[in-house]
Amino acid sequence: MNSLLESNVIFRNVYCFWAANPGNAEQCTPVGAVAVKDGLLPGGLEWLAYVMAGLSVILLIVNVYLVFAALYTYVDRRVLAKFQGRIGPNRVGPFGILQPLADGIKLMTKEDLVPAGADRWIFNLAPVVMMSSGILVLAVLPFGKDSFVVDLNIGILYVFAITGVNTLAMFMAGLASANRYAMFGGMRAVAQLISYEIPVVLSVVGIVMMAGTMSLVGIVEAQKVPFIFVQPLAFFVFIAGSSAEMNRSPFDQVEAEGEIIAGYHTEYSGMKFGVFQAAEFGAVLITSALIATLFLKGWEGPFLPSHVWFLLKLFFFAFIFIWIRATLPRLRIDQIMAYAWKFLLPLSLINIFVVAAEVLLLGDQITDSSGVSMDLTTSDMWIMAGINVVVAIVAVIGLAKITGMDARESTKVANVTRVIKGT
Amino acid sequence: MSLSEPITVNVGPQHPSTHGVFRLRVTFDGELIVDLEPVFGYLHRGSEKLAEERTYTQVITLTDRLDYVSSMINNQAYVLACEKLSEVQVPERGSYLRTIAAELQRIASHLVATGFLLNDLGALATPLMYCFREREKILDLFEMLCGARITVSYMRVGGVFQDAPEDFWPAFKTFLEEMPYYIDEYEQFLVGNEILLMRLKGGNTVSKEQALNASITGPVLRSTGFSWDLRKVDPYEIYDRFDFDIPVGEQGDNFDRFYIRLQEMRESLRILNQCFKQIAPGPVRANVPYLYRPPAGDAYGRVESPKGELGFYLVSDGGIAPYRCKIRSPSLLNLSAIKEMLVGWKLADMIVTLGSIDINMGEVDR
Repeated sequence: MNSLLESNVIFRNVYCFWAANPGNAEQCTPVGAVAVKDGLLPGGLEWLAYVMAGLSVILLIVNVYLVFAALYTYVDRRVLAKFQGRIGPNRVGPFGILQPLADGIKLMTKEDLVPAGADRWIFNLAPVVMMSSGILVLAVLPFGKDSFVVDLNIGILYVFAITGVNTLAMFMAGLASANRYAMFGGMRAVAQLISYEIPVVLSVVGIVMMAGTMSLVGIVEAQKVPFIFVQPLAFFVFIAGSSAEMNRSPFDQVEAEGEIIAGYHTEYSGMKFGVFQAAEFGAVLITSALIATLFLKGWEGPFLPSHVWFLLKLFFFAFIFIWIRATLPRLRIDQIMAYAWKFLLPLSLINIFVVAAEVLLLGDQITDSSGVSMDLTTSDMWIMAGINVVVAIVAVIGLAKITGMDARESTKVANVTRVIKGT
Repeated sequence: MSLSEPITVNVGPQHPSTHGVFRLRVTFDGELIVDLEPVFGYLHRGSEKLAEERTYTQVITLTDRLDYVSSMINNQAYVLACEKLSEVQVPERGSYLRTIAAELQRIASHLVATGFLLNDLGALATPLMYCFREREKILDLFEMLCGARITVSYMRVGGVFQDAPEDFWPAFKTFLEEMPYYIDEYEQFLVGNEILLMRLKGGNTVSKEQALNASITGPVLRSTGFSWDLRKVDPYEIYDRFDFDIPVGEQGDNFDRFYIRLQEMRESLRILNQCFKQIAPGPVRANVPYLYRPPAGDAYGRVESPKGELGFYLVSDGGIAPYRCKIRSPSLLNLSAIKEMLVGWKLADMIVTLGSIDINMGEVDR
């Protein structure tokens, strides 16, 4: 109870607004709490204030998340349109910014169909599972300085555990729809997402080794040099793997429109479809936020407020994901699996070994109350960055040659189209 | 031995990637295609029968709607058959205008084919929009020529129905100057893309023997290494005057079919440049009445359409309407080896192959 009151400003403010009294004056006096002498609730009802504070935080976070997910659908469509030489939605509201709202109204007023052969319970449950896994991740994400719901000491582990539930939701939707395209989507989802989970998680091991903590706040604070420079290989694996986890192009097998219509959500209509869409766009935001946190110092930055920095970094990576999506064609399912197992997995293992050796050689061992950890100075990190950039380039090029992933190389001989001269 | 149970899926007639209302009854083992059966006829409009109820000139409007991304060439094939039937001499300038229109249409059609192939590859419409950007300019040129963009009905028995307006020529010249740059751009973006190479190379091959057996024509036949282009082997109109080459593939795979189209656009530009230099003033249409009666007999006119050999077989009984009009549509015949191309490949390859064969259901079902 106390940890939430200490760490979360919003929680503390709401709590003290309702329940401040001489008994908890210590908790309510730190800077940031609303200066109320007496709470509105009579004494003895602190538990109610605690519940209300918790609900307020949940309400705030979930709504901000949904609004940003809606906003991101607009950004996605506009930016994609710019890439394709179109204009994009510009009719509803100024610059079309209210388009997500119009879409939402449309989806809510549409008929909500359940196919006759569908497993009704699982069919209806799948969007809920999908959405809730996205929202639960928000619990540990630091949005700014001292802005997080809870600073779990196993934060990054928690994130991967929760996002893994996405796979289940897609499989539920795919199987329960009684549609063969949906089943294809569900099967692909299971195969692809489980395969990519492994390199993504392994790529973060290097970061955890350097930061010495699994807490996301701790990882941000440990970045004397942004880890994007220190571990470029891990960054590459993470961005490739996570774009596969979000089913974004070039890994959008799971809902490959030209092949299996919409994949696992082919049979969904109305707001259930909308929930899937929102969860998907939300996943992009969460992944971008994770990348910003793990590799680009999260909220930290000069001059601007920490929340603004966080949003800037988040939308920078979200933009990169749109860019990738607008540019690349889709891989085939066997190529996608080969890419995960033959290419990304070895790369992430190389990264672990290299980083482990460097931390062992360069770090200074400290022993404190929390156990033994390795301390790295800023200059240590820059040395690591120098080594790791070279390692990354050599590893990527070498592995591409070994595994034959370099299509241009392997097909160079056959790439001849003869021209028969005129008669 | 496979442990999974094969499932049968109806791909189409309502499916985002079957280029119209094409239906494939496919049996999958996991993602692998083990059996498939194409089902045609969902877009059948009875064009051949309707042609028997219309005068020779009115039939031209029906041909627009066969392969609706290459209507100019459909027009040309039909009027060539009519001219063979009644032995009409086309004036010089009329022939040149027809050639210009046909080659522009070939570029437009190949742009559509390339764009939609990339769309089938999952490139989320970006290459498609790039291709349509140039197709738009060609359609603008058509609008200048005849007022219509898709269903043009530009050609008539004995020539074209009107001369090109004054402002057509500067626009045409600009197009000729700009287009090579855009084709370079496509080649740079697309052929240099590793994912595209991984997807297209070596897949869904058709051998020379299979292709000839199935009377496959057009880029699909040329991709197998067989040099067969009606503009060379049976020069119609004025194609014997131009200097151009025939791009030919080697593997007969998806990539060759795709790459040949890029190369053919360059060759078409060469023809267009020669047309632009050689065209001279003069009449554009022979004196053929609107309601004309060719002598009794039959004739077969064929052209190299973007998809292959497009032929019209006309039987005349001396009346104002054809007694019989048989259309040899390349799209339909190119699909006849589809089972051999697809069995043993994956679901995703099926979609890509449909794109690389470049089918058009308006023509398949007629």
